[in-house]
Amino acid sequence: MAELLRYRDDETVDHPAVTVDAFLDQSNANAVRIEPGDDARDLLPHLERVALVEVNFPAFGDGRGYSSARILREAGYDGELRAVGDVLVDQLAYMRRCGFDAFEPDQQLDKDDVQAAFDRWPDVYQSAADDRTPIWTKRHA
Amino acid sequence: MYQYDQYDQAMVDARVEEFRDQARRRLEGKLTEAQFTPLRLKNGLYLQLHAYMLRVAIPYGTLDSRQMHALADIADKYDRGYGHFTTRQNIQYNWIKLEEAADILADLAKVEMHAIQTSGNCIRNISSDHFAGAAADELVDPRPYAEILRQWSSFHPEFNYLPRKFKIAVIASDTDRAAMRLHDIGIQIVQNDAGELGAAFYVGGGMGRTPMIAPCINPFVPLDQLVTYSEACLRVYNRYGRRDNKFKARIKILVHELGAEEYTRQVEEEFAHLLEQGVEPPFAELERIRTFFEDPLFEAGASSDIDRSDPDFALWVDRNTVAHKADGYVSAVISLKPVGGIPGDATAEQMHLMADLAKDYSFDELRVMHTQNIVLPHVRAADLHALWTALDVAGLGAPNLDTVEDIIACPGLDYCSLANARSIPVAQRISERFAKTGKTETLGQLKLKISGCINACGHHHAGHIGILGVDRKGVENYQLLLGGSEAEDVSLAKITGPGFDEHGIVDAVETVTTVYEREREDGERFLDTYRRIGMNPFKEALYG
Repeated sequence: MAELLRYRDDETVDHPAVTVDAFLDQSNANAVRIEPGDDARDLLPHLERVALVEVNFPAFGDGRGYSSARILREAGYDGELRAVGDVLVDQLAYMRRCGFDAFEPDQQLDKDDVQAAFDRWPDVYQSAADDRTPIWTKRHA
Repeated sequence: MYQYDQYDQAMVDARVEEFRDQARRRLEGKLTEAQFTPLRLKNGLYLQLHAYMLRVAIPYGTLDSRQMHALADIADKYDRGYGHFTTRQNIQYNWIKLEEAADILADLAKVEMHAIQTSGNCIRNISSDHFAGAAADELVDPRPYAEILRQWSSFHPEFNYLPRKFKIAVIASDTDRAAMRLHDIGIQIVQNDAGELGAAFYVGGGMGRTPMIAPCINPFVPLDQLVTYSEACLRVYNRYGRRDNKFKARIKILVHELGAEEYTRQVEEEFAHLLEQGVEPPFAELERIRTFFEDPLFEAGASSDIDRSDPDFALWVDRNTVAHKADGYVSAVISLKPVGGIPGDATAEQMHLMADLAKDYSFDELRVMHTQNIVLPHVRAADLHALWTALDVAGLGAPNLDTVEDIIACPGLDYCSLANARSIPVAQRISERFAKTGKTETLGQLKLKISGCINACGHHHAGHIGILGVDRKGVENYQLLLGGSEAEDVSLAKITGPGFDEHGIVDAVETVTTVYEREREDGERFLDTYRRIGMNPFKEALYG
């Protein structure tokens, strides 16, 4: 297991994340792990007790987790949103834009490459779950 | 036409540096080949049979002379002096070295071009009507809507790892010149009874191994909700499109399996949610983009008279020019289908010439057609003879638009690692056969499309006559299909029966045209006759 990359100031949740089904059964669970086939919207009625959502990427090419992340942020979830699994340097910037603020990749990533990935894009074309102002808004500010 | 501002330029420049960095990390072993492959594909770089192939985006098929000159220079500098215009209105280079790819992208960026998302499981380059802004029959110019979707889809953070590739086409006339309903999303800009513009959404069309015609899922999306509605369509697909089987992963399968009604219900639900999220661009951005697509200064009172005394010129005018919205102007099609040639190929010299002619005669604008030809969209009738003369000298004067010689063909087994059979030689033999018998002109409109495998890049499902190359026990075999159309009368072609060998397929095409000549009634195209009389007379002639 590689080092956790975390872009939050609060304390890390030390409870293990449970499956969505287990989370819905256990009223005291505060950490949950979403698999690609899970519906992130199942969590929405319970967001007030969630402190950590892990979104698993078993293979980097399966992009369902990007939608899961945005759906949670659009619903107002402001706890930790952590991408875990086959998380690679070239996906980080997209993940960040979809609302992820922590990354736990299977393989250790090079720190310089990670920084370069986050610094790459001077601007963004569209709205997402981050607070970046899209180019089309800047043009008409 | 659209011009980059500092934002667009900075994004394209950043992309070049990103790819340079990715290639470096691949060479340093930080990226495995499996990890690198989708990254290079998203920059249009394929590994083909003999070399890397680079696909360059030409958004909605529009480019200026400076860009066409740059494409020619790339052909000379990095390839073997030619390029191949594709059915996605793009250009491909077939003999690229991986280590030079980033330099090519940098050269492209200097002329506001790129290869972003021309491959991979993401939203691809957006196509449109090749006569946009010129056609006599269009409601409005569809390209501003294509451009805003280009911006929205470029580096979209949620939709870069879709189940499969995703193709969007935008048109704005009832005549469909962009195969709109054979796209993942086809958009037609329409007007409602109140005179307002909106977008009709057709979702779930496509060719490939399971061809489908897209159903209309919403007849009128207001223009200030265009991006939001697109986002809803994509989110439902990203979440629920199949990922268990690559061959069932396109959105057409999702729409088919859910049913159009249920897919629409889910989209509408997501749309209602996204309307609250503020993802739509400011309307002022659409207005800004529209200013780039205003009409050029057409000469008032330009004469429509054409001196037809040269019969070769008159034939080209009849065949290759199309009605224009401005009096005294036409759109002129430069055929990249010389008899016996490779459909869609152009040499660097030809590209330079086409660029110069666009500058001299067409307000510095060119278009790539999905039928692999080039359009000069705004040509004065008075300039046509000079234009034709220059084209003819360069081997670009073939008078065969929409005829049996105007063949769409994929690269096939001559280049493509997916192909089962060669397409190009079949196209060459067919155009030679019809040129020799002199029947091309009398057969009228006859769209012939050839694919070298079931992935259907050559659009064989949509051909009035389609040809599909297959591998039959190690031998190339060609199936014949009849009755397809990619236009507003869209239909999918049906297979005639057992396939033919390389020589037999040329004879078979000739045979079905003979049936048409025998059976046709006044004014009928091949397709009309087929639809009236059905498959049987053709089968009888083919298989007796």
